[in-house]
Amino acid sequence: MANIDSDARLDLQTPVPAPSYRRREAARAMRSLVASRWALVGLIVLLVAVFVAVFGPWLAPFDPNRQNIMARLLPPGAEGQGGAVYWLGSDHLGRDVLSRLLYGARVSLTVGIASILVGGTIGTLLGLVSGYFRGWVDDVIMRLGDIQLAFPFILLAIMFLVVLGPGLMNIILVLGIGQWITYARIVRAQTLSLREKEYVEAARAMGDGTASILFRTILPNIVAPLTVIASFNVASVILSEAALSFLGLGVPPDVPTWGSMLSESRDHLLSNKWWMAVFPGLAIVFVVLAFNIIGDWLRDFLDPRLKERG
Amino acid sequence: MWTFLIRRLWQSLIVIIGVTLISFISLQMGGDPTYLFVSENASAEEIQRAREALGFDAPLHIQYLTYIWNAAHLDFGNSLSYRQPAMGVVLEAMPATIELTFFSLVLAIALSIPLGIYSALKRGTPADGAIMTFAMLGQSIPNFWMGIMMIMFFGLYLGWLPISGHVPFLEPLFEGNFAEAFGNLPGSLYYMIMPAIAVGSYTLARNARLIRSSMLEVLSQDFVRTARSKGIRERQVIVHHALRNAWLPVVTMIGLEFGFLLGGVVVVETVFSYPGIGRLVFNAINQRDIPVVQASVILLALVFIALNLIVDLIYSRLDPRVKL
Repeated sequence: MANIDSDARLDLQTPVPAPSYRRREAARAMRSLVASRWALVGLIVLLVAVFVAVFGPWLAPFDPNRQNIMARLLPPGAEGQGGAVYWLGSDHLGRDVLSRLLYGARVSLTVGIASILVGGTIGTLLGLVSGYFRGWVDDVIMRLGDIQLAFPFILLAIMFLVVLGPGLMNIILVLGIGQWITYARIVRAQTLSLREKEYVEAARAMGDGTASILFRTILPNIVAPLTVIASFNVASVILSEAALSFLGLGVPPDVPTWGSMLSESRDHLLSNKWWMAVFPGLAIVFVVLAFNIIGDWLRDFLDPRLKERG
Repeated sequence: MWTFLIRRLWQSLIVIIGVTLISFISLQMGGDPTYLFVSENASAEEIQRAREALGFDAPLHIQYLTYIWNAAHLDFGNSLSYRQPAMGVVLEAMPATIELTFFSLVLAIALSIPLGIYSALKRGTPADGAIMTFAMLGQSIPNFWMGIMMIMFFGLYLGWLPISGHVPFLEPLFEGNFAEAFGNLPGSLYYMIMPAIAVGSYTLARNARLIRSSMLEVLSQDFVRTARSKGIRERQVIVHHALRNAWLPVVTMIGLEFGFLLGGVVVVETVFSYPGIGRLVFNAINQRDIPVVQASVILLALVFIALNLIVDLIYSRLDPRVKL
């Protein structure tokens, strides 16, 4: 009897928690966030980035694509005609660097988050199916993943994008599909162990359908590790997007991105137009760093056992 | 040993077939692939001739078989801008890329091991904090931006290091000209310092973190305590007992690391105008020279697969627990 009791108590932890438990968890998260100052800084940086991405058009002092031959390559803080100030300087076509930077946040964050949604959704679905049904379905899905992993990802992206041509949708799809296997592997491993748990057995005995078991019983219990992976993943996808834009494979040329700004800055290094290279790079570093720090914090918070291992 | 080797070779073969299938699909994604193989101002007749010559008028499965047949002969069509076989163009750029990839890997490993160990031994001290902060930064800075910043600071401002160029080492070596090759080596390394740091920074940062955490785990285990209680010197314990176990996960990662490095090389070469496959791909992208892009990507994928196979074999030697 005692045995059953302790099992029941253990399993109370695993199904979706009650609202009051959630509130307590949220409070604990807040306290932990404030305690680890870096995570708080990371969160603030992210909030600023999101704010800029949403309200960029209203914040930008100039139209990011407006060219002005009279205002080419102005250093930061220079005044243009009519007293307009180029706070971060202007580029080789006389476009305002600050305005382009603000618009660029939109592309970076959209691509980062949308790709993760695409890759995360595909990977989670395939991982659930793989781990729950096992057998040949599992074999096929996992071998496909092996093939993909045996291929340096950025090369794969280059090959597809060069044929498909630039475009926001194309880059989101290519980067998203590049990520699915990461999620599929984790979800599969978790599902393999969860499917043997008593509460999954119970759901099955109660006559729940497969879909209900997968999405209502198993999935909510895998969300924590997925969130951690997703946070690191957004960081690496933003880096990939910047690299692809740098190569001229990202979004169309009339959309300002941090990567393409850096690509353009290359031709003006020798004449020491440093502001064209420094600011877009710093923007990328801040956002990527913020996601990485938040990822670290989430991992420690959701799984304190890992903290010891740094 | 032999069964392991045969199984791994078989797996690699499946992966290679997968790679050709993916690259074939990528060609078909944009509609009639003929247009990717002719210049933009080709006449209708020229296009038709190219379509027949390349076999794009045949059914898809025949096209795929032709594609594999050609790929097996390293034939990816003629480069549109160089007007000679694409694979030849790519192979010429290959040695420079191998030099850079290898140098940055060596640099990353050589630095990450001492940094990781030091960090683990000094856990919680400011030194540990500083190393881990740098590691975090190293994982967050885009390699090509790091390249640009180094060019600006060490190249242009301080004038210490060359901002572009390359001295060949492997090329004379392959030609059997050893005197020239080793005479070139110092210059070759000198020109590669900045690109190699840019390419290797991510790997260096990640490995330092990995070694630190796996070192921390090993140091708390019984056999380390036993070794210490036997009175073995601390240095001996760390090198012979702890490190031998701590760096196994790093070796596992090295195979995958090549993928990151090759991807990084493609972008960083462009920054430094380094005459390897990366710069070739960059120019080919801008000229829409698809045969060169395809040949480069597939060649790099083959190199990656081969390196992974080698790493697996080495790994099984290093860790006797892995059965062949």
